[in-house]
Formats: sequence, structure tokens, C-alpha cells
Amino acid sequence: MDAAARHRSPALKIFSALFIIIWLVIAAFPFLWTFWGSFKVELDFFSKADWMNALTGPLTVLKAGSPFTGEGYEGAWIQEEFWRAVLNSFLVCFFVVCTSLTIGTLGGYALSRSGFRYTIWLLIIALIFRALPQMTLVSGYLLPFFEWNLWGILPTSIIVLVAINQPFTLWMLHSFFEKIPKDLDEAAMVDGCTRFQAFRHVIIPVMWPGVITTGLFSFLLAYNDFIVTSMLLSKENQTMVPKIASFLGTTQTEGNVMFAVAAVVSATAPLFVLVMFFQRQIVSGLTAGAVKG
Amino acid sequence: MKHKTFFWFFLPTGLAMLLFIALPIVSVVIQSVYTPHEQVIIEVENCGPFGCTKATTVDNEATAALREAQPLGRFVGLDLYFNRGHLATQEIAASWSSSASIGEFFSDIFNLPFYRALAFTLTYTFVVTPLLIVLGFVIAVAVNNLSTWLKGPVIFFSLLPMIVTPLVGSLILFWMVDSRGVLGAALQYLANDPGLSLKSSTPLTWIMLMVYGVWSSAPFAFVVFYAGLQTLPQDTLESAMIDGATRWQRIRYVVIPHLMPLVTFVALIQLMDNFRVFEPVVGFKAEAHATTLSWIIFNDLGGETRLLSSAATTSVLTIIGIAILLLPVLVRTWRDFNAKT
Repeated sequence: MDAAARHRSPALKIFSALFIIIWLVIAAFPFLWTFWGSFKVELDFFSKADWMNALTGPLTVLKAGSPFTGEGYEGAWIQEEFWRAVLNSFLVCFFVVCTSLTIGTLGGYALSRSGFRYTIWLLIIALIFRALPQMTLVSGYLLPFFEWNLWGILPTSIIVLVAINQPFTLWMLHSFFEKIPKDLDEAAMVDGCTRFQAFRHVIIPVMWPGVITTGLFSFLLAYNDFIVTSMLLSKENQTMVPKIASFLGTTQTEGNVMFAVAAVVSATAPLFVLVMFFQRQIVSGLTAGAVKG
Repeated sequence: MKHKTFFWFFLPTGLAMLLFIALPIVSVVIQSVYTPHEQVIIEVENCGPFGCTKATTVDNEATAALREAQPLGRFVGLDLYFNRGHLATQEIAASWSSSASIGEFFSDIFNLPFYRALAFTLTYTFVVTPLLIVLGFVIAVAVNNLSTWLKGPVIFFSLLPMIVTPLVGSLILFWMVDSRGVLGAALQYLANDPGLSLKSSTPLTWIMLMVYGVWSSAPFAFVVFYAGLQTLPQDTLESAMIDGATRWQRIRYVVIPHLMPLVTFVALIQLMDNFRVFEPVVGFKAEAHATTLSWIIFNDLGGETRLLSSAATTSVLTIIGIAILLLPVLVRTWRDFNAKT
């Protein structure tokens, strides 16, 4: 398009810029505010007198000697043993991502290479499974898990999260594998490879972009999960999100809300880093799903 | 690919889904027609110096043995579905015949836990979904017009509300709208009412939750539409311009039709996700004013008593609900697929 055609009236430009600025404030300000406030004492972060206190922190100065205090973090990480939950969270995420990708790539590859009609049905069934609220599934697990003594331990939650993750993983990997030309593995099979060898030596080396993107979303699902981990894990095995929820329920004494605030900031930090490094993959992943719709 | 090869490739993922998604549905259906055993009552005759008296006591041993032998409980058929905690047919019939006005009837229904949750879940789903699609579209168009070096950072910040853990996101907003938080104070100032508290009013709680819903899901719509805008057919746009179409007409007749399949996709995903809304209710501590279907299942499952059967019944009703909600979209997806293959 030439410059004249792209020309926009100044009013529209200003309106558009203003809109973006407002949206950015709405999207980002809550995080900055909470991050800043997590270094204050509770009476500053929740100030009855003046909201400015949360910025300057006069009571924090009185109590800790400087406008910033790590009290909330200390309380959450050491006193309430948040580090244990962090460790559990990363264990869960690691195993969920690995298992989910391993079985997901096999299934997604098969779905993309089989021309039979049942693949469509399998994908539709996966879509229906994706639609089921996780809470309804959890209510199906509890009784059998109690009966078989599987309740409360990390491996159970990991397997459940992997399974819940599968429909989405399959759809995404299916659409990625569709983009890899069929000639590639068929040529290998003409040369005498079995289907699995073709997959192993030809497809695996070229599938990483798609797999990494799918892995990111598996990670997010496992990391952000509250329903499965809060219902299926015992107190000692809790991951971060249920742990944060438990801060809210039990600790109503002054200062303990700040434990939750500090824990919330701690739990959000890895996600920030993730988005910073993998922004392109996240955007392309959401789109890949959309293209196949 | 041969059937046999396909089978082995698909087996692990198929098994996982079968065991942990399909079977739980069966388990939920079975649990919903059973209810825990009542305590075994025995009649004991106590004979003393003043004659014999009969007393009833709970036979703990027999109760435990019965519960051990049949962990599912006793079969009650569809009773649970129609009791007060779920479809409450009797209560509705009674209210229908006794209430003087239609308003009174509805307020009676609104006091039944299942209908209360259903009302909020449906309102939430059907208010939040269109709003987030519109907001996402406007953001996408605005970001698309930015200069290239600005796009990266803007997309980064726009993604945050979506990426962050739902519970964490709702807590962050909840702390801000707390009457001692910055947004709560600002609202009190704007409304000129120092006693204003979002938490204590039902309509305001509903609005707060829906604002959270739009805030957390609009980025998803934005990213999808933004990607769609990158593939806009430039020829069509240019010919529209040559024909003298205004900016608005170009958006209306070229851009929106091009993005229509993506709108369907976003609507499908968001209908699924909004219908299962749960975390905000916990994060905003909103259960006194707004409950959702997922939340009442959670409430039954948790706590001391663990009302598994009641939760299972609500789960079955929820599954039926999502099936009705998504049927039109699923039929459409299936037709698209058939057209393609």
C-alpha cells in the first residue's frame, strides 16, 4: 500500500494511541502495583488512611527502618515453607510436560498421517473432552482414588494432569505435523524404514519448534492448575497455587496476608520470564490452534 | 498409515484419555445414583430392676462393615437429581403454586443453590464471551497499526493477564478492589461514598467477576485476531480502497469477514472456559453473592463431609449443560471437517 492510502486522520491516531495506553495500564498496572506492594507491611499495602501509603510506605519505614521489607517473603518462604510448594510445582510441571509431549507427539503424528475416517472422530472426541469442566472429572476421581489409596501423592496428580492435557496437545501437535510434508517420512519408508524408524530419524529432528510450543502450553496448564492439585494432593504435597489458597483460608492475623502477596509475586515471576523468552512461540501456538479451529 | 501402526502410536494417549477422562464420566454417573448408607440402627432391650425399656442405638460396627462392603452406598436412582440441592422439582412446584407474582417465583428459584449457580454461570458465560471478543478485536486492530518496534513490548504486557494463574490474577485484582486497596479507594472517591464495598453487594460482585473474566481472557482473543490480521488479503483491501471504501467500511466488509472463522474459534474455546469458571469465585471470596457450577461441586467435595454423591450429581448436570451449550458449535466443526476431507 502506498503512503497516501495508509494515511490516517490525526484524531484516529490519537484515539488509537490513547486506547493502547489505557489497555496497557489495565493489563500491566495490577502486576506492578502488587510487586511494589509486596515489599510493604500489610497496613501500608491495605491502607485505610491514604492509598499513597502503599507507594511510600510510612509504616514500613517505622517498622523495618526502610521503605522496603522482605518480611512477607521471609514469612512465606521460610516460616510457611513455600519453598516446598515451589519444589513440588516444578516436579509436577517437569513430569507433566515430558510425559504429555512423549505420548502426545506419538498420537498427534499418527492422527496427522492416517487418512482414515476415525481420525476425525478421535479429534472430535478430544474436543468434547477438552470441553468438560475439570471439576466434574475430579469429582469422578475422588472415590476410586480413596479406595485404591492413590489420593494425595504427586504421581497421581501428574498422570491426571497429563490426561487432561492430552486433548489440547493432540490438536496442537496434529496441526503442526500436518505442516511437515508427508513426502519426508514416506521417502524414508520407501528406503526401507519402518513407520517408527521414519518417525525416529526423519520426523523427530524437524518437529522441535512445534513440540516446544506445545510444551509451553502444557507447562502453563500444569503450573496454573488449581482444581486438580487442590483436590488430589495432600497438605504436605501441595503445589504453589493450592498453597497460596491455603494462606488465605487460615491466616487472618495481621501481616499474614502479606505472605500470600509475597507468594503470589513469587509464583508470577517465573511466568514473566517465560513470556519474555517465549513470546513468539506463545503467539504462534495460539494461532496454530486457531488456523485449524 | 496402517490400522495396526496407528493403534500402537495412538495407544498411550488414547489410554490416558480413556482412563482419566472417559472413565471418570462413567464414575460420576454411577456415583450420582448412589448415596451413602444410613447408619444401622438396632433396637436394644435394656432390662433392669424396674422392668424392660426399649432403646434404639447406632450399631457402629455394622455401619462400618456395610460401608466397607459397598463403598458406593445404597442405590437411590434419580432421587438425588430432584432433591433440594439439585433440580429441586418439589420446591419449584410448591413455589409455583404459592407465589403471588412471577418475581416472587424467580426469587424463590434464585434461593435454590443449583439454580443460583446456574444463573451466575450462564450470565458470566454469555456476558464475558462477547465482550472479550470485541475488546480483543479492538486491541488487535490498534496494535496492528503501531510501529514495528513498539509491537513487541505491547504484546508482552498484553499477554500477562492471560498467562498468569487464574487464582493469582483474581487475587491481585481482589486486593486492589478491597475497600482499603487502591482501586477500592478510587471507586469510593468517584462514587463519593466512603462506605462503598464491592464485596458486600451482589450486583457489584457479579460485575467485578465479569470484569475479571474479560480482563483475563481478552488477551487470548487479541492474539488470535492479531495473527489473523497478519494474513489479511492485501489485494482485497486495496481494491476496496480504490472503490472508495472508508476505513470503517474496510473493517466492516473486509477485515471482519476475514476474521470470522477465528471469531468462531475464540467463541468456542471461551464458551468452554467460561462455563467452567471457578477460580475467580475463590480468589474474590465471592461465594456469598455469586456461585458457579464448578464451585458447588468443589464445595461438596471439600470440607469435612465430602458429599461425593451430591457432587457427582451436580457434575452430571454440568456435563449435560456444557453439551447443550456446545452442540451447535460441535455440529458446525464436524460439518467443516467433512467439507474439508
